[in-house]
Amino acid sequence: MADTKKYKKVAYYPGCALEGSGHAYNRSTKAVGKELGLELVELDNWNCCGAMEVKNIDPKIQTYLSARNLSITEEMGFDTVMAPCNGCYHNLKKAEYDLGHDAKSVEVNHRLSEKAGHGEYKAGKIETIHALDWIKEAVGEEEIARRVKNSLKGLKVANYYGCMYTRPRHIFPEKDKGPGTESTSKPHFMDDILAAAGAQNVDFPLKTACCGGAHTLSDSDTSTKLVLNILTAAEACGADVVATECPTCHTGLEMHQIRAEKVLGRKTNVKILYFTQLLGMALGLSSSKVGVQENFSDSKAFLKSKGLG
Amino acid sequence: MPIHEKSLIRPENLVEHEHLVIEGVDVSGHWSTFIEGRSITDYNEAMQEEIAALPGGENIHRCWQCGSCTNACTVNAVNPEFNPRYWIYLIRLGMEEELLRDKDIIWQCVSCNKCTYACPRDVVPEAVMKATAHWLELKGHTPKSNSTIFDEGFASQVIKTGKIEDGLVLRDYFKATGQSLTQPWLVAMVTGLIKRFPVTYLMKLGIATVFPDKTRKWSKSRAAITEYVEECEAANRKALGLDAKGTH
Repeated sequence: MADTKKYKKVAYYPGCALEGSGHAYNRSTKAVGKELGLELVELDNWNCCGAMEVKNIDPKIQTYLSARNLSITEEMGFDTVMAPCNGCYHNLKKAEYDLGHDAKSVEVNHRLSEKAGHGEYKAGKIETIHALDWIKEAVGEEEIARRVKNSLKGLKVANYYGCMYTRPRHIFPEKDKGPGTESTSKPHFMDDILAAAGAQNVDFPLKTACCGGAHTLSDSDTSTKLVLNILTAAEACGADVVATECPTCHTGLEMHQIRAEKVLGRKTNVKILYFTQLLGMALGLSSSKVGVQENFSDSKAFLKSKGLG
Repeated sequence: MPIHEKSLIRPENLVEHEHLVIEGVDVSGHWSTFIEGRSITDYNEAMQEEIAALPGGENIHRCWQCGSCTNACTVNAVNPEFNPRYWIYLIRLGMEEELLRDKDIIWQCVSCNKCTYACPRDVVPEAVMKATAHWLELKGHTPKSNSTIFDEGFASQVIKTGKIEDGLVLRDYFKATGQSLTQPWLVAMVTGLIKRFPVTYLMKLGIATVFPDKTRKWSKSRAAITEYVEECEAANRKALGLDAKGTH
């Protein structure tokens, strides 16, 4: 039977965080892709998406930053770009939406692209996907279940999606389209993937709560409270691990887990791992292959006790 | 008559005389309690237009005060004083003095977009909060917030090199806000990392801070963005009736 699945070979936009504090996510995403026979081709000479910051200087510059990355995707001959970072993914999606609906955004992008001397991206040419879409579509649960070598059986996981993957709804026109598609109110792609790898997902009500990532340093007290809320809720739901899909959320949870203990005296024991790290270990990769040593929090001993990595 | 629902009235609006005799009748203490008048004379009729002229504020006029934004708000759950619905109401009525009571917390919006998700009128309250915080700073009502300092440092790195390096962003931010890098929780985290991180990874991180990765052939993009940012800043100041450059 011919393999008809999409996304076997896509353009890859890691973004700045995945080259720095979120390197473990980069490493584990690539390792999982390799293990599953998927090909990632990194965007040539990409730039920062502007994260949550540049839009506050001017939103149209943020649109331009993503449009430049989309124009590179097009030049490289791809029709799909995969971004594992929620921030990058969100900004590419937002640029796609704005360039399709807002004349002023098109005008500013035209002007800046022309002056910068590169192709002007026009809406509708490139599809942006998240690492979750990528694995779910290109491989799927059945194939994952078949390939699992070291099941996550007995591991209780709270799947944490954060803000930028689902909000605001209008920039994700492919979501909320019924069975099989992602939901913006109750996302489940990470649940589906990790369940296929054997994990026991707990019923976690704070899947799309905010970790305060935008103000993780500028308003640390608020961020610590928000993170503590997420971690204590995960523990109350019986989770051993919070699975993440965004480097800002991930490092935010790790940093503020420590800060909550130091500043508020509230210690939480739940472990924080990227979903790609859990999936990779289920596929038989070692903990170092999926970058567990590069996480800010230490989950080595825990993983060993569960027979993983 | 004593006032029963005192908790609903702001303390500074309650007036009480400790010793007061009127026409031979002793009305000292709570017998003389009255509430200051609430007539408002200092409307800023231009406030909605000014905020609508800043990036993000465009749709403020669409609000019909359903309160979905405040109901969904992440920060409101931490601090009940954080009330986007109320601030939009004040802006639309031009009640500047009343808005200024909350000027030091408006910047705390974490951009989670729960309000934008919930809003039935496409007001984009998240962006309205950013425009309002921007307005407060441009008008000189508040100093630059920590969030603005962070955004500016981050954006200047992106505009300069096309990319950011986490370590540099962190260092520049702590420097710009005059905070020590040796805060106990940060030290606890970093020492934990140094003990655990492989030496090669530590070296890689260190080198990245000294020689941050850059986007090649970025100079023309940098020039184009810089020119555009300057135009936007001038336009924003003009919309608020401020001088083209400099302080207020």
